[in-house]
Amino acid sequence: MQFFGGSEISPSPPTPAATGAGNNAHMIYLFNRNGVCLLYREWNRPLHTLNPQQDHKLMFGLLFSLKSLAAKMDPTSADKGNLGVPQLPGQGCSFHSFRTNTYKLSFMETPSGIKFILVTNPRTGDLRETLKYIYNLYVEYVAKNPLYSPGTPIR
Amino acid sequence: MSAIYSLYIINKSGGLIFYKDYGSKGRMDTNDSLRVASLWHSMHAISQQLSPTTGCTGIELLEADTFDLHCFQSLTGTKFFVVCEPGTQNMEALLKVVYELYTDYVLKNPFYEMEMPIRCELFDINLTQAIQKDRVVLLGR
Repeated sequence: MQFFGGSEISPSPPTPAATGAGNNAHMIYLFNRNGVCLLYREWNRPLHTLNPQQDHKLMFGLLFSLKSLAAKMDPTSADKGNLGVPQLPGQGCSFHSFRTNTYKLSFMETPSGIKFILVTNPRTGDLRETLKYIYNLYVEYVAKNPLYSPGTPIR
Repeated sequence: MSAIYSLYIINKSGGLIFYKDYGSKGRMDTNDSLRVASLWHSMHAISQQLSPTTGCTGIELLEADTFDLHCFQSLTGTKFFVVCEPGTQNMEALLKVVYELYTDYVLKNPFYEMEMPIRCELFDINLTQAIQKDRVVLLGR
């Protein structure tokens, strides 16, 4: 990520905790609350299973369902909505990451419904601070940009 | 206070064959547990599609705010997953123990039909013992 001059962006980028040399991240996705993919970048993706549109839709669908599942399975709250009912951002328990044998996916949703997804190697630690940092960059350079219209892909 | 909230076993088509709750406040009724199990089965499959590299075998760990979900998939496609407190250690080992109990008391039971809900007394007894032992070890730390 480029760091342009001024120090109005806070917090400063967290140092990744010893995750090995070279590029750690595979891909990054940014979705708004309607499922529109605002940003997609890949740095290291040897395998493409689907075309980009289907890939975005699948990713959004997976996350939506996983959030719903996490809210339903929450063992600490007695009253839960039914599966499939869209949860408001912040309501109910939400997951923040999952790991498979080949990748780790970190997820963060802001109160405005913007979802940040980072796909990295499986040994990565907790990336919530990194996602918060990316969110701050988003606020600084995208949300505050007068020429940007919400709901369209970021240029 | 146990660190494990619940245990699920699903067959290779995604149907729930075993569900045991060990003390969560959000106890689920049968219908809900069935829905959750099939949802998990599909999510597991979709996550394999989204892998950036080849050889993905599905979600092994899901971390949420108030719980962790550890999943173990056997070579035959049967999935064992446990919902526990965030940061609980040794859940992978526990799942392997449960898998061993499953092969010993369920699969070797001549009256058990494959892919059907598990109704084997010995399995239940030994599973409770294994969880208790785990609980003692966890509390003893």
